[in-house]
Amino acid sequence: MTTLKRKTHPRTVGRFATALIAAAVMGASAQAVAQDDDPIKVGILHSLSGTMAISETVLKDTVEMLIEQQNEAGGLLGRQLEAVVVDPASNWPLFAERARELLAQHEVDVVFGNWTSVSRKAVLPVFEELNGLLFYPVQYEGEESSENVFYTGAAPNQQAIPAVEYLINEVGIERFALVGTDYVYPRTTNRILEAFLKDEHGIAEEDIMVNYTPFGHSDWQNIVSEIRRFGEEGKPTAVISTINGDANVPFYTELSNQGIDAADIPVIAFSVGEQELTGIDTGPLVGHLAAWNYFMSVDTDDNYDFIDAWIDYTGDEDAVTNDPMEAHYIGFNMWAEAVRKAGTTDVDAVKDAIIGVTVPNLTGGYAAMMPNHHITKPVLIGEIQDNGQFDIVWQTPSTVAGDAWSDYLPGSRDLIADWRAPMRCGNFNVVNGSCGGSTAAEEAEAALAE
Amino acid sequence: MRRFLSLGLLCLLLFSVTVTAQAQTSATVEADDAAALELLEALDVRSYPAKGEAIIAILQSDDERARDWLQSLLDGRLQRTDDGRFVVVLENRGRDWPVADALTGEPLGDMSRRDLDRIGINNALRNQLRSAIAVVDLYSPDVERRRTSATRLLGEVDEELAAPLSELIAEEEDAQVKRRLTQALAIYQVESGELEGVETLRGSLHPRVRVALNRAANGDDPIIADAANEALISIEQNLKINRGLETLYFGLSLGSVLVLAAIGLAITFGVMGVINMAHGELIMLGAYTTWAMQQLLPGQPGLALILSIPAGFMVAALAGVAIERSVIQFLKGRPLETLLATFGISLILQQLVRTGISPLNRTVITPEWMSGSLVVNDALSLTLNRMYVLGFALVVFAGLMLIMRRTRLGLEVRAVTQNRAMARSMGIRATRVDIMTFALGSGVAGLAGVALSQLTNVGPNLGQNYIIDSFMVVVFGGVGNLWGTLVAGLSLGVINQVLEPWAGAVLAKIIVLVFIILFIQKRPRGLFPQKGRAAEG
Repeated sequence: MTTLKRKTHPRTVGRFATALIAAAVMGASAQAVAQDDDPIKVGILHSLSGTMAISETVLKDTVEMLIEQQNEAGGLLGRQLEAVVVDPASNWPLFAERARELLAQHEVDVVFGNWTSVSRKAVLPVFEELNGLLFYPVQYEGEESSENVFYTGAAPNQQAIPAVEYLINEVGIERFALVGTDYVYPRTTNRILEAFLKDEHGIAEEDIMVNYTPFGHSDWQNIVSEIRRFGEEGKPTAVISTINGDANVPFYTELSNQGIDAADIPVIAFSVGEQELTGIDTGPLVGHLAAWNYFMSVDTDDNYDFIDAWIDYTGDEDAVTNDPMEAHYIGFNMWAEAVRKAGTTDVDAVKDAIIGVTVPNLTGGYAAMMPNHHITKPVLIGEIQDNGQFDIVWQTPSTVAGDAWSDYLPGSRDLIADWRAPMRCGNFNVVNGSCGGSTAAEEAEAALAE
Repeated sequence: MRRFLSLGLLCLLLFSVTVTAQAQTSATVEADDAAALELLEALDVRSYPAKGEAIIAILQSDDERARDWLQSLLDGRLQRTDDGRFVVVLENRGRDWPVADALTGEPLGDMSRRDLDRIGINNALRNQLRSAIAVVDLYSPDVERRRTSATRLLGEVDEELAAPLSELIAEEEDAQVKRRLTQALAIYQVESGELEGVETLRGSLHPRVRVALNRAANGDDPIIADAANEALISIEQNLKINRGLETLYFGLSLGSVLVLAAIGLAITFGVMGVINMAHGELIMLGAYTTWAMQQLLPGQPGLALILSIPAGFMVAALAGVAIERSVIQFLKGRPLETLLATFGISLILQQLVRTGISPLNRTVITPEWMSGSLVVNDALSLTLNRMYVLGFALVVFAGLMLIMRRTRLGLEVRAVTQNRAMARSMGIRATRVDIMTFALGSGVAGLAGVALSQLTNVGPNLGQNYIIDSFMVVVFGGVGNLWGTLVAGLSLGVINQVLEPWAGAVLAKIIVLVFIILFIQKRPRGLFPQKGRAAEG
């Protein structure tokens, strides 16, 4: 608006006023014309080098593809979109630096980025300080709600909890091995799951085995053989795997080498998707499970269109799509919708406009942005097939709203997040009726650390 | 599920007794297609239990295509087109899939996956299907099929299946099938409270037998429970020995990986004294060579793997020479700078692979003869790929020892490392020896990569995961001593695997590191220190 004012000649003031009224009447689209023609800048904060590049590079490409599609469809508010790509190189402190660069130097209107929780924690203060928008597309451990972050991946109640209920109710599992990589996501998730199994389903202590391994663990012989023995005690046993990224390939190879069949001991994974399976011969893994909110094998036209667009964009006939890609698809469309609704890319306006925005997901339903900055998602359980895809064997009857604070952890159970006008709080304590500020979150974390 | 299974078996038995004797009339063949379509239509329902019933119906039908249908349903290849025909997908990769008619078996060309709906199954149905196929296969003339089928039936036998099973046992000629079927029957007997079954199961190490005995031991019948407990105790003792052997094998196999990764370093670092942080990336190059070979020779993963052994050696050796000539030779005697420079090279190599090939892991196929495991007994089976790697590590070690001890190159290398000036004055071209030694060490790293491609991810980060372990092994074993590397690698592997079940993977790693640090305090030159004047140099 400022540029327009400078150009305005006194005699045109009247016309300008008319235009303003017209804009107010015609709403968002007319207002868009009045804005400057500079492209809208979309920041992409995904590692293109280092250990996480394996997972994050495709997400960068996804956002770029979505931007391209949006531009072909005429852009947003009559303006074109422009991607600003930076490489935080799988280096957590560098994430914060790059985020600052995106917000302060490039002045991007929105950022899509991050994979690991530790990198998200690193950029959080930057986004809060500079008032940016971050769309985070990966399933995570919960226990967080920031005014500036939108969590389009699954919270534990949208992945882990329904998956365990599926195992107990549909498969009849009575014994659980919780196996994970040694960092914050598996530890928090397993803590929630342990509490959930013991309190809600009365599973005994000796029927739960917990095991953590370092990042990139490659020698699984002993652990797999331990799991095999754990499963031979007479009760139906399942493995809940929060093993991260690279370590999965040798884990699954060892499972098949030691002849652990999904029919005997099914493994349900929360971090293994189509992408991770591209490095493995899935023949011996048929029947092992994964819980996600999207699978490439979803049989909807929206999904096939997305896959075809992705294959055309990458030029690779064998390119696969996965859950975090769908999360970006949803997040991008939600943001675009909120910008249209607000008629501006202004961060505060978009933040208010986006709550309640509903866009189609790729699984034939709709995703809505909740006041706690999490979205509604269906939960799907898939079984691995011999072609590296998942066959969906179960799904929740309706979508599940993401829960920022787990109901199964002491301290966290009393907190809710609501970023709408009167409350505007990410950790409101319903017991003492106050917005906890940082202390409640710290208490929850302290409770976690115990 | 078991009820369905036995119903199926019962009918099949009746069928095999009464119908097979008679000749099938042509009228039944004509009526078959309508009936067959009906059988398959029953599968196309949402509810899994209903699908289960449909599977029984197929099993009960005397259609000779039944096994094929069940198998393709099990493989997820039985699908339905938009116009309602049932087809079997022959190849399900890419966007269009070749299909064949499920009833006639005639090929129908390619079809878009958008027009196909698969008949989905879940783990429970998969179990049922496997058992159903196993029941069909019990009558198969093929011994292998009967063996798989008999093993499959352990713990799956029930009342209706028990009687025909004892007849089958009496008729069976193959000893292995006979033993398995007897055990399967005995598990049923234990479950139905017959003490006799426990006696039969005594001594068997099969997991499903243990599951059955464990259940019986926790059961209501005190006599059976006592007998089961007693049988379990003797099984447990036997298992303990097997577990010990298993842990030893795990340790040796982990050790062999460490030895392979470290032995190249033992030459470049141990013998030449060059701290090469890019050693891991040379391993990675070897692994990528295997991948490239498999891309060049599609359909022949075994041959490609064997050819990768020389190819991986050459690629890594050439890369090593390039590194030595371009960087390391200028930094001779400046270990800190060598360390930093080679660390830079390692990052460059990683990123080259990431941008040049892909940041994603590459699929390296394990050849048929390397997958699976060697079954020693029901409780102990040794994974084949690791056994090959263990053997390969020993062969590489022996080869290297030969080169160092028995060839002129080895002699020259030892001479140059012991006293460079003296060796040069004796007419040895020290620079050439440097290049050759570095090439040898790097080439061996390439060999390690070829082997590791069978065990772990082939991706840009492959090397990083092994560099620390490699240095650890070399330092622990004693710098400059190949035997030390071998002993250190294998023993660290075994120590790690013994500690792991007890302390967890993370703690086991820490304990091993602390142990090495303390050990190095006591014996700074490692397990096998170099003796004599070379040690001071």
